[in-house]
Amino acid sequence: MHYILDAIDFVLQPWSYFLFSVIAFWAMIKYRETWTEPAFAVKLLWGAIGAIVFSMVYSDHFREIASLPDNVPIFLMVFSVGFFTWLSFRQGVLNDRRIAQGQPPIEKETSDKKVYVWPDLVYVEFIATIVGGIVLLVWSLCLHAPLEQAATPAWTPNPSKAPWYFLGLQEMLVYYDPWLAGVVYPTLILVGLMAIPYIDKNPKGAGYYTFNERKLAIIPFLFGFFILWVTLIFLGTFMRGPGWNFFGPYENWDPHKVVVLNNVNLSEYIWVRILGIGLPANFLIREMWGFLAVGAYLVALPPLLTKKIPLCQELLEKLGVARYGVLMFLFLSMASLPIKMVLRWLINLKYVIAIPEIFFNI
Amino acid sequence: MLDKLKKMIDEKFAQAPSPEAVKKAIAEGQIWKSIFRHGYPDTPRNRVMAVLSNLFLHLHPVKARHSGVKMSYTWCMGGLSFFLFLNLTVTGILLMFYYRPTAEYAYYDIVALREHVPLGIMREIHRWGAHAMVIAVWLHMFRVFMTGSYKPPREFNWVIGVVLLVITLLLSFTGYLLPWDQLAMWAITVGTNMARATPFMGYEGPGASMIQIGGVHLVHGGSDIHFALLGGHFVSEATLIRFYVLHCVVVPIVAATLMAIHFWRVRKDGGISGPL
Ligand code: HEM
Repeated sequence: MHYILDAIDFVLQPWSYFLFSVIAFWAMIKYRETWTEPAFAVKLLWGAIGAIVFSMVYSDHFREIASLPDNVPIFLMVFSVGFFTWLSFRQGVLNDRRIAQGQPPIEKETSDKKVYVWPDLVYVEFIATIVGGIVLLVWSLCLHAPLEQAATPAWTPNPSKAPWYFLGLQEMLVYYDPWLAGVVYPTLILVGLMAIPYIDKNPKGAGYYTFNERKLAIIPFLFGFFILWVTLIFLGTFMRGPGWNFFGPYENWDPHKVVVLNNVNLSEYIWVRILGIGLPANFLIREMWGFLAVGAYLVALPPLLTKKIPLCQELLEKLGVARYGVLMFLFLSMASLPIKMVLRWLINLKYVIAIPEIFFNI
Repeated sequence: MLDKLKKMIDEKFAQAPSPEAVKKAIAEGQIWKSIFRHGYPDTPRNRVMAVLSNLFLHLHPVKARHSGVKMSYTWCMGGLSFFLFLNLTVTGILLMFYYRPTAEYAYYDIVALREHVPLGIMREIHRWGAHAMVIAVWLHMFRVFMTGSYKPPREFNWVIGVVLLVITLLLSFTGYLLPWDQLAMWAITVGTNMARATPFMGYEGPGASMIQIGGVHLVHGGSDIHFALLGGHFVSEATLIRFYVLHCVVVPIVAATLMAIHFWRVRKDGGISGPL
């Protein structure tokens, strides 16, 4: 059995984990007609449960991490996100079929009918309250809240992890400095979320589940939510050990694991390795390539895309310059995380712009 | 003898008022009416009155779209988020009876809560409820997104929702420190370390070194936003009291206010969304 575990540990690396999750995401979108069938979805559920039971039984390490009280909610999150993804896609797929045949969505059949809130809504709320209350009570009776030793500044646990819902941000620290990963990106995430209703001008798909009518909105949103948030939390919980080093899910967390860090800045790549003249003393000149790259990415790329990609041209016409500009800025900011990840894995890129003199590293 | 008894009981029961009649008598009685201001809500009029004349229920409209009250549509997630918030408020108040936010007592009060308080599971309910609320709020946002319910006229309620999301995470985060154990202290240390790197406002942030008057740096380790947040250079007792006040007073008040606006807007924007 340990051959299988070792093989999984061997295959799973940050880059392959990312690759697999992107493939899974693509398959989820592409084969939505298939996996939303209840019979198929039940098989997926059994598969997920099977994988977890398997891991718990055969790997002491996984069991130990998974049964830390504060990690239990992660399973609740994974399974509930999975279930509700199914529920929303299922309804979307059914509605899309109806719409394709010229029928209105299912919600339409009952949306013109008004019901009395007492009792029709109040009893739903009542039941939800009771079920929620019972679940919470049983959970609390079965599982003690964690309490470790009293706080002491003298001893730093390794790894030190943020609360689980922030692990996506902590994972980002591998690729970006704290000012970006901890301050700028979170701000952009929130601003981006708030901007959604003002950017999405598609009048269709309001008030019912659909996929086909809102592809352009749903795919980027879910990419952010699933790939850049939920799966990173999972990775941060189960695959980041001492020193925030990467470990396979079944690999023991060896605090002495040494990872060779040979990451190289863009400026060194160009000045030293390509041009062979050494780094200039003035940091603005030294980092000019980085500034050019970032500038081109954020400023030159959006207009260029409208020339090259018909979809972008269409968006520009529909949304107008201001909305298109904001959309592109937010979208490119989001894309900059996976891009930096890939560059790190492919060419060991450390910083695009590196000015440690003023803490300005990108 | 036995038969006689049986007969007697049967007769007594036959004379007894039916459950319907009892219900009616209660719902029409003076006490019921004085509390609820209307009869039992089984007629259209009384159902309207049930919602309108009750402070809590009047958050709702009197009638709602049938499609909107279905569980398959809303997943009840907004409601569950609110339910969990109420739960957390109640258990949080119970916890405040026992907990003293000082480095000397905090940890031992938490230990005592487990060891000495009969049925002391309010800490468990509070902690697991907090985790559940984070998940419920995410799922609620997910469903609002998937039904396109942020589209006009509900844009601004979505924005309020995003702020509520932040508030929920902040509530959870500030509470994480209070048990004052290793888990708490270091998770908060990792989380708040970021603040040092805030552009211009943290002393390790880009641009901070540019803010100076006559060569004197204004943003340094003892004046930056990290220091303000922690009340010191490290997570210490000063941080504990700050987070305690934020967690028990400031953030909940903001949360409750925003929730009131959020619910009110759901109604003003035409109730739960549905297809045109
Ligand atoms: C503490 C957090 C929150 C609470 C207690 C809450 C509560 C609720 C409730 C009870 C409803 C009624 C419908 C339903 O249950 O789905 C609702 C609707 C709504 N919520 Fe929230 N919410 C919260 C956070 C959010 C977040 C994070 C967002 C989005 C970013 C959001 C956006 C909306 C919108 C747009 C509606 C109207 C939906 C429609 O008409 O279909 N809310 N909220």
